[in-house]
Amino acid sequence: MSATRADICVVALAECFRGDGEIVANPIGTIPMIAGRLARATFEPDLMATDGEAALVANDAAFAWPEGRVIEYYNPYRSMFDVVWSGRRHVVMGATQIDPYGNQNFAAIGADYAAPKTQLIGFRGAPGNTVNHTTSYWVANHSPRVFVEKVDVVTGVGWDRAAAAGPAALEFFELRRVVTNLCVLDFGGPDHRMRLVSVHPGVSVDDVVAATGFELAGADSVTESRLPTDEEMRLIREVIDPDDQRHTELPEERS
Amino acid sequence: MTARASSTKLMSADDVVATLDDGMTIGIGGWGSRRKPMSIVRAMARSSLKDLTVVSFAGPDLGLLCATGKVRRAVYPFASLDSIALEPHFRAARQAGRVEDVPFDEGMFLLALQAAAWRVPFLPTRVGLGSDLMTLNPMLRTVQSPFDDGLELTAVPAFELDAAICHLNRADERGNASFLGPDLYFDDLYLRAARTRRFISAERIVPTAALAEEAGTELRLRIARIMVDGVVESPGGAWFTSCVPDYERDEALQREYAAAARSPEQWDAFFRTHVEVAS
Repeated sequence: MSATRADICVVALAECFRGDGEIVANPIGTIPMIAGRLARATFEPDLMATDGEAALVANDAAFAWPEGRVIEYYNPYRSMFDVVWSGRRHVVMGATQIDPYGNQNFAAIGADYAAPKTQLIGFRGAPGNTVNHTTSYWVANHSPRVFVEKVDVVTGVGWDRAAAAGPAALEFFELRRVVTNLCVLDFGGPDHRMRLVSVHPGVSVDDVVAATGFELAGADSVTESRLPTDEEMRLIREVIDPDDQRHTELPEERS
Repeated sequence: MTARASSTKLMSADDVVATLDDGMTIGIGGWGSRRKPMSIVRAMARSSLKDLTVVSFAGPDLGLLCATGKVRRAVYPFASLDSIALEPHFRAARQAGRVEDVPFDEGMFLLALQAAAWRVPFLPTRVGLGSDLMTLNPMLRTVQSPFDDGLELTAVPAFELDAAICHLNRADERGNASFLGPDLYFDDLYLRAARTRRFISAERIVPTAALAEEAGTELRLRIARIMVDGVVESPGGAWFTSCVPDYERDEALQREYAAAARSPEQWDAFFRTHVEVAS
């Protein structure tokens, strides 16, 4: 049974949490939520995870708990901000636009903020998340429209903007990684610019370069994203995402 | 012993709207498309009110008021219908440049409510630093810590609300109320942040003695009558947003509401069927 691209993305996102220890892993989106559960079920057993509403739950399944939730903590939105501001959290957010330094936009597209071409969801928690704890990103459709030289609005803060805003912005700042349907990126380039770390099996460096609207660092020393182990495949398919929601977010594509 | 006369605060949704004026800043409780005080919002939509500033973790409250031309300014960290990611009526108003936009981060929004509730001019935070909130939101400033760290932080000013409106599961007629779902959200803070015109609607009005029993625990009695000026009995008052455990979101009706953003004709039809009629 070979791994699909979605399975590989799950593993790549799970790897983002490696070394995090006892914090709240708060990946947002279908594949990221599966990834957080996978990290906890394997190499990061101390992570805490949300049920998507007002509880932190111990269940391995990501989306449905027919046998009931195992609630570890009552976590209404007000408590979530206590978690965010205490720093004991690693969020994975989406991005409609992201630039070389990891500045993210999901508020509005267009040059004129007063009458945007496209109004999106708003700033949500992105400004607070990014300056208070570790942040990674998940982009399901890696394209030059998403990876842009300059975002229209900075919702989540990137490395350059955090540095310019001073020590209060930089003290707890860590943009860790960007995982896409094509590859894994980090910010290990010069001045914390985005760097290509690995391409998913079946994807070439040229594919990534063509899908990215700015120059990536590190394209000369790229590896291949790792495959899930047999045990990881079993957990994903049988325990964490038995209803196969990951292939709704990223349609099946054998690699 | 003679029983003291306890004052009732019962009123109608239209009574609530009658206390509001053009240009006011209205805080609306709930979260996204969850436990929104829609019976009162619908009464606002039917009224002649205009130029409102809406302060909200926004969903169809903001959308409906935008679609009916009531909103001059939106103060919000997000606008979403939850199961439908983006609020279509708010989007239409924004993209047409009809609504002034005052963006917030979610947690920063909590601090603006909290500062108002505690009657301090601002609260400091790291939130906002480095983001475009600092330029796009004219309310924000920075402040330097007076202590040895000397850190430059964001100063989040207190919201100045002319009115606060929330929907709860149970209330008594004096304004004590409980939430029975998973999350109070920030309803208590809205009701503390406003100085006057603090209104709640509730699925059911019960005797005070029944509040704790209905809630199963006193931990859910989170709205006290010192925070409330008026109470509206409004079964189904969160229409079509969720109000668990009393009812889930009416997804079919929400889809109809969202689809009505496609044309003025569809909106007129939706308005006549679902908004014009008093609940």
